Amino acid sequence: MIAIALHLAAGGIALALLLNLWRLVRGPALGDRIVALDTMVINAIALIVLIGMIGGNDTYFEAALLLAMVGFVSTIAYCKFILRGDIVE
Amino acid sequence: MSVIADIAVTILLILGAGFALIGSWGLVRLPSTMERLHGPTKATTLGLGALLIASVVYFQARLGIWTAHELLISLFLFVTAPISANMIAKVHLHRRRTHAAGEPESIAGPPPRPSEAGDWATFEVPIDRPSPTYEGRDIE
Repeated sequence: MIAIALHLAAGGIALALLLNLWRLVRGPALGDRIVALDTMVINAIALIVLIGMIGGNDTYFEAALLLAMVGFVSTIAYCKFILRGDIVE
Repeated sequence: MSVIADIAVTILLILGAGFALIGSWGLVRLPSTMERLHGPTKATTLGLGALLIASVVYFQARLGIWTAHELLISLFLFVTAPISANMIAKVHLHRRRTHAAGEPESIAGPPPRPSEAGDWATFEVPIDRPSPTYEGRDIE
């Protein structure tokens, strides 16, 4: 039962990533693309957690934690660059 | 693995993936940037939260170890999600004010100004209204 649920969930997350990719390519506003990238990071974290559960290996959570931190920093850096024309002033 | 843990993990997995999918579908469906900010918040809090709880229960039931990484991830995401949403909303306001191309108006219109004298803190000041911040102050 869990194996079926794990693969269903992975399929759902993959579909969500495709939807985010559509919004990232389509735009139209710059804010939409930033939201799409931010959501892609969230979905990638979810996919990494699911892969760790499928493989029965809890080392994957280090990668998920790192991606959570780096994704946030990249979103803020992009927003700061648009708002201020510079990242570190 | 006990049946109760089995059922709990299954329900949490389906719930989490479903919310992540709904959040991304909202990102595609909703009509403008300010509305599109609304969808992915569900994916962050409910979707990823349910998946991380499922992973805690799964590893406890299967390997007999309690892991704290998942709680760290969800804590970090819960702290950072409002900040990035605020920054993206400010990017949208800034691009609206500088009349950048391809920035559609949201359904509810622009948000009200925070006060009579001030405006939302973004980089450039609109051309038709000079900034009150720099008036009467010596800039050397």
